[in-house]
Amino acid sequence: MSPQRKTWLPKLAVIAIFLLPILIINPKTYITLTISGLAMGMLLFLVSSGFSLIFGFLSVLNLAHGALFTWGAYIGFTAFTLINKWTGWGGPNSIFLNIVIFLLALIVAALLVAVLGIITERLVIRPVYGSHLFQIFITVGAMIVMEELIRIVWGPNDEVMPVPFNFMGSWDLFDVVVSKYPLIAIVIGFILYLIIFMILRKTKIGTIVRAGVENPEMVQVMGHNIYRYFTGVFAAGSALAAIGGGMWATFVKSIHPAMGGEIIVFALIVAIIGGLGSMTGSVVGALMVGLSYNYVAYLVPKAALGITMLLLVIILSIRPTGLFPEGT
Amino acid sequence: MEADLVAEPILKVEGVHTFIGKHHILQGVSFTVHPGKVTVLLGRNGAGKSTTLRTIIGLLSPSQGTIFLRNRAIHHLKPYEISRLGIGFVPEDRGIFNFLTVEENFRVAMLQEDGKTREMMETIFDIFPDLKKFWKTKAGNLSGGQKQMLAIARPLVNRNELLLIDEPSKGLAPIVIDHLIDSINKLKEYTVIILVEQNFYMASSLGDDFYLFDDGKTVHQGQMQELIQNEDLKKKYLGISG
Repeated sequence: MSPQRKTWLPKLAVIAIFLLPILIINPKTYITLTISGLAMGMLLFLVSSGFSLIFGFLSVLNLAHGALFTWGAYIGFTAFTLINKWTGWGGPNSIFLNIVIFLLALIVAALLVAVLGIITERLVIRPVYGSHLFQIFITVGAMIVMEELIRIVWGPNDEVMPVPFNFMGSWDLFDVVVSKYPLIAIVIGFILYLIIFMILRKTKIGTIVRAGVENPEMVQVMGHNIYRYFTGVFAAGSALAAIGGGMWATFVKSIHPAMGGEIIVFALIVAIIGGLGSMTGSVVGALMVGLSYNYVAYLVPKAALGITMLLLVIILSIRPTGLFPEGT
Repeated sequence: MEADLVAEPILKVEGVHTFIGKHHILQGVSFTVHPGKVTVLLGRNGAGKSTTLRTIIGLLSPSQGTIFLRNRAIHHLKPYEISRLGIGFVPEDRGIFNFLTVEENFRVAMLQEDGKTREMMETIFDIFPDLKKFWKTKAGNLSGGQKQMLAIARPLVNRNELLLIDEPSKGLAPIVIDHLIDSINKLKEYTVIILVEQNFYMASSLGDDFYLFDDGKTVHQGQMQELIQNEDLKKKYLGISG
């Protein structure tokens, strides 16, 4: 078998597996579920990419990543509410202003959570570099502290996440009902993936980060202050978690202090499936998890989480280092 | 030779002790490296040669002793600070980034990208033409010899005045070793080299000065020609006879 055919066969097999549900699901429902699955996948990508990047580059298993995701959701919630109160840009008047206020809320969330990430890296993570056991203990501790801080600042109850007016409802495309927000989430997620991919591929900083995923010691020996890059990557990973948090909250229309704990399980699965440290792996893994979760949730609701675990087991038995171990 | 030995050394290592965990690996290593020379560190496995290089570049911190680069103490500096002072390091496992292309490997190594760097790249391509040929190839797809050439050429791009090379012949076929010897000989013009090498043929082909290591200490020093002729020393410290 030629090497080219060898590369394409598994990809075709995966596509065929994800087309299988169309045999037992109504095609219109299949399209709706597919869009919902892609949207969920893109949102999972945002959370897991940060987690994966941090593990790949810093070799830190950051279990507080879920709490950073929650902080992103809450800050996004507050930023959106306040800006909307001052400007009314979240109302029905203009889709453009709806997009602006949504992006502003995400940017505020990303920036503030990046700062929180820097503080976490400096104070909590740095003393335990190189020790995975201590990292697990200390990041679980940090997660609890950050969750409790949310309860102190915003209260322990669920909040309804405001959604820009024009993001609600659905479009009727060729007789298929397509919710608006999932499509928007897919577009934003894909744009962010492209931005991250281009930064990692085309910039010097990105090249150094990719080199660091493979061999951080050597990067240091080449004259680069690895700790500065550690902090930068941690901040970027935290910002991605925050954007994921804000977008996820808009997707499910609610926020609560423990929401990060639920999502971190998915982030971990996606990161492992994709290959730790790989952005392309994160996006492919997240889409696989999002799609399979949605199809199975429709057919056998109780097996939805189980199929995600099964996917992880199958991929790890075929490729123990994940789908894209190259770290790009 | 006498005049060279009294010239100001580039590197001076004095009474260095280094621990790895609880193990006392270096127990008083001292040597000097002079301009225009290839200094070879020789000894049996576990004698402390690689640990010495890792201590010089800052990956291990000495518990005692001093290391001076042109009269500047560097033993307390971090690896990236030491590297920026003009020391390049080629580890035993080559340390190349397999998932990056040859070009990207050089890009990571370049601390500045200016006319001098481009000029140096041309020199590197003259010495290692394969690197130009495989410029866009992932480093992981190169042959063992090409990977070693990449590992050695990469730190040169910053015109480092000192290059630490750890066991470059490891895992290479004899014909590739000969090719590598030729290439390293050409590098002498551009940088001072400290070479750790188990392969005595390569060490003797390249070395000007030598230091013998035993149990974490430097026990003998001299010029390579003396060692080549001294069967007792070779047998006692390197296990080579005949």
